[in-house]
Amino acid sequence: MKILVGIKRVVDYNVRVRVLSDGSGVDTDGVKMSVNPFDEIALEEALRIRDAGNAEEVIVVSAGGDECQQQLRTGLAMGADRAIQIQVSEGLQPLSTARAFLKIIEREDPGLVILGKQAIDDDNNQTAQMLSALWDRPQATSASKLELSGTSATVTREVDAGLETIEIDLPAVISVDLRLNEPRFVKLPDIMKAKRKPLDVASLEELGVAVEGNLEIGHFAPPPQREKGIMVEDAAQLVEELKNRGLI
Amino acid sequence: MSRILIIAEHDGQSLNFSTAKCVTCAQAIGGDIDIAVFGSGIESIAAEAASLESVARVIAVDAGHLSAPIAANWANEALAIADGYSHLLGPSTTLGKDLMPRIAALLGVNQVSDIMAVNAPTSFKRPIYAGNAIVDVEAPAGATVVATVRIASWSAAAITGNGSVEVRSASSDAVTHTRYIGLESGGGERPDLQSAQRVISGGRGVGSEENFNLIYSLADKLGAGVGASRAAVDAGYVPNDMQVGQTGKIISPDLYMAFGISGAIQHVTGIKDAGTIVAVNKDSESPIFEISDIGLVGDLFNVIPELEKLLG
Amino acid sequence: MTEREIMEYDVIIVGAGPAGLSCAIRLKQLKPDLMVAVIEKGAEVGAHILSGAVIEPAPLDRLLPGWRENPPSVCIPVEKDELWLLRQKGRIRLPTPPQQNNHDNFIVSLGSMCAWMAEKAEALEVDIFPGYAASEIRFTDDGAVGGVIIGDMGVDIGGNEKDTYMQGIEIHAPMTILSEGCRGHLSKQLIRKFELDKDCDPQTYGIGMKELWKVQPGKSKPGLVQHTTGWPLDSKTYGGSFIYHLDKDRIAIGFVTGLDYQDPEFMPFEAFQQMKHHPMVHELLEGGEILSSGARAIAEGGYQSLPKTEMPGALLIGDAAGMLNVPKVKGTHQAMLCGMLAAEHINDTASSKGFDAKLRDSEIVKELYKVRNIRPAFYKGFWRGFIRAAIETVTMGKMPTTLSIHADDSTLKKRDGYTPPDRKWVDRDLPPRDRLASVYFAATEHDEDQPVHLQILEPDICTTRCVEEYDNPCTRFCPANVYEMIEDGGMRLQINSGNCVHCKTCDIKDPYQIINWVTPEGACGPNYQNM
Repeated sequence: MKILVGIKRVVDYNVRVRVLSDGSGVDTDGVKMSVNPFDEIALEEALRIRDAGNAEEVIVVSAGGDECQQQLRTGLAMGADRAIQIQVSEGLQPLSTARAFLKIIEREDPGLVILGKQAIDDDNNQTAQMLSALWDRPQATSASKLELSGTSATVTREVDAGLETIEIDLPAVISVDLRLNEPRFVKLPDIMKAKRKPLDVASLEELGVAVEGNLEIGHFAPPPQREKGIMVEDAAQLVEELKNRGLI
Repeated sequence: MSRILIIAEHDGQSLNFSTAKCVTCAQAIGGDIDIAVFGSGIESIAAEAASLESVARVIAVDAGHLSAPIAANWANEALAIADGYSHLLGPSTTLGKDLMPRIAALLGVNQVSDIMAVNAPTSFKRPIYAGNAIVDVEAPAGATVVATVRIASWSAAAITGNGSVEVRSASSDAVTHTRYIGLESGGGERPDLQSAQRVISGGRGVGSEENFNLIYSLADKLGAGVGASRAAVDAGYVPNDMQVGQTGKIISPDLYMAFGISGAIQHVTGIKDAGTIVAVNKDSESPIFEISDIGLVGDLFNVIPELEKLLG
Repeated sequence: MTEREIMEYDVIIVGAGPAGLSCAIRLKQLKPDLMVAVIEKGAEVGAHILSGAVIEPAPLDRLLPGWRENPPSVCIPVEKDELWLLRQKGRIRLPTPPQQNNHDNFIVSLGSMCAWMAEKAEALEVDIFPGYAASEIRFTDDGAVGGVIIGDMGVDIGGNEKDTYMQGIEIHAPMTILSEGCRGHLSKQLIRKFELDKDCDPQTYGIGMKELWKVQPGKSKPGLVQHTTGWPLDSKTYGGSFIYHLDKDRIAIGFVTGLDYQDPEFMPFEAFQQMKHHPMVHELLEGGEILSSGARAIAEGGYQSLPKTEMPGALLIGDAAGMLNVPKVKGTHQAMLCGMLAAEHINDTASSKGFDAKLRDSEIVKELYKVRNIRPAFYKGFWRGFIRAAIETVTMGKMPTTLSIHADDSTLKKRDGYTPPDRKWVDRDLPPRDRLASVYFAATEHDEDQPVHLQILEPDICTTRCVEEYDNPCTRFCPANVYEMIEDGGMRLQINSGNCVHCKTCDIKDPYQIINWVTPEGACGPNYQNM
């Protein structure tokens, strides 16, 4: 089967994000951009499945401007076989992203679609769920373990109460969490090989997707500053204060 | 006038506290508030939901295939009863995060994730970039608003309500492509650090691996999770997965108590969204006192035993 | 151990700084078919480099004509120069020495400029590999340098292979260019192996610390270049500050201290923070915020400390050898010219032989010669240094004598019998509060589960001799709080290697020379932006 992996170009997780003083957005001037860390984990999982002989092809897909080709090449260098850029002129919101991905699914007919659970810029955690709803297939989100057996998969999910196990029939959409795996390093010679692997570009118009239903993004503010609170003299005062605030 | 439907979270026995927080958020939006409870043998859970302040009606859909929280099943059912509601809310818990976007896609709308504050019935504040920016988002007029509610940002609605309970059978069929196998509770009695509502943390001031027993003991008394600063991890007192901070876990418990932690920016980054921060440190100059809500300059080796005694 | 995979290039360049990138670009301009690769341990080009910086554009005009149509993202023409002598509260404007006349020069972010140069290099088909650290030299059978070996990745703190283990490849090349910057770890090994420094004075360094600030609107005067000397340093400690006013309400502010300082209790980071609290500077920064911070050693020995720069199969270029012009406070133009000269030499001869002679005959070294006595003049203290510096400037370095350079690790005074000067330092209210807070802005990151890259060759010395003689100065000279002596049933040295910003100060200043900095896994370390 084929595996599609969605990757997103995001501000690198090391960057100290700052809100612009006019509130129009976040300062991205000269900042490092990278593959969304959850997406690297998603790709790693897909590569392991392929390397174990359970898939023939891993295709990385990214919706973005031409700059995202840099991240697609990183995906190819990690070991993906092919890359597809869904070319857009401005950031897509999850619904349009899911609809566009669905078009790629219709073209490629994959057995599995693996996405990161959320992108570290928008922190939406929606695309995988939306995609699986539109595709009318199962979803398994926040996966921390994945076992394939023929036409189904057993997925362990990290939930608030502990670890939940579900079984899903393929094809399906899986979103991955941090503890699923540790992505491999890229070997230098593979960076060179990646330059020669196929990277196709498809625009939203070609795919027949119209952007609609966007949330309007308004003012950006920095997080509220924590101010110094009160000081207490001893443990007894502390306990009283906590009780008064209904915390214990 | 808004008509809000909250999808309730529960574990088959009782209502999850996150539902009461969704109610508070719904109150901020304003309008009629209904709660949908999906599951099997859910009468007492439905009654709990109906007792939440300002809830008008609880729709309890009792069906075998809804007893496991399979997103595809719950989403189909939610869709079947969504008509007429202007807002569909769920908690931003793993259950809500799994479910609500599926509903949104089926309704053809984008979701507002993690509502921190309500500006207006269709305008909300939410965190992005791991909470380093708070952005205003506006949902398009005329379309259903589907959203998840950020639990740490809302208090729980009081149990002063008197809503009605309407029991129904399911309007949608079970999907066959997804099967629930089981749940393994997070090993051990102590709550998981990442999602605990209370966390007790120790820093280098604790002094040794053995001394950390003081922290564990206090945590157990309070039913809290346990964390540590990087300095404590580097010094070998605790394993790395207990680290709270920039290179560890970012957490937002209602109550965070830091003992012997200086409060370097790298640590504070991990707790900036905590509800109430309590700091106990021998050194009055520690930066943690600049951001703590309640500070106590004192020796943790005296304070912790005192606290244990007072908590009885 | 399995045989390493091999990649072959005609030229392999270690370090994507101005010297390395200039060399790469020039090589491809002269011979487009040449296979040239640049490896860089930072996660991206620019991540590990920082400098003031005011640059002389002549080498850019030569290397990349037309660059002015499309300059790097941070590039502000200098409008005005000021030199200030600071006292604790007051200040005196000094006449701008000719070397600090920056008319026609530009204030740049060296990091952004390198990223910009890297794009141009890639357009010429240079292969640039950020995120990979050269950890060893590969030697050919006849003992010549034959390329480098990339460090293994995915090794745990005990030296064992993790699940992600990836063996580093070998890059074979008949020509290796070491452009690692000051105190490069491979350069250090090669200098020792080939005795490249046997006929020159030891190298001497400064530690440069820098912060990029966003100040309140109107406070930054774009194009203003300010330097200060005097307070907060005492007359026996060399150094001073730079304040470069950029666009978009940004200020690049930094402080350099000569690492030949004497006081074992001295903390360069604290001196930097003190300087910011001088009324002239405090006023500028008040109400602003820090965008980025970092530190790096700089080579100050110049002419006398220049080692032989050629060896079989390799060349040292830029500050890996040490070409900074101290009174000008500039090394970038020198690094670029050196990189270009190396490229031209390789193109002409396909060998390292003869490069050193060409270098010494070039404008690069002539420039160093002219100012060779200025830095060592300050060994006699500030005022005598100042006077001698003035004389050297007026006579354009034509004085017959050449002062010697001393090694930084030899100048620290022992605690016993030493009284530090009264520094008149003040209480501080500007961020960052301490080194740990400063490190936060360097966005430095190291996978915690990897071998500690700061090797202490004789660890007993720390808790026995050093604590007695010098009071563990590493706990003070490191700008990132890597070294701590902590109480743990007796004192022990704790190395917080995760904080390291790769400045190399510890490798330089440690009086016992037992700290050996080696490279951690590629892509670790600081992530400087616009620095």
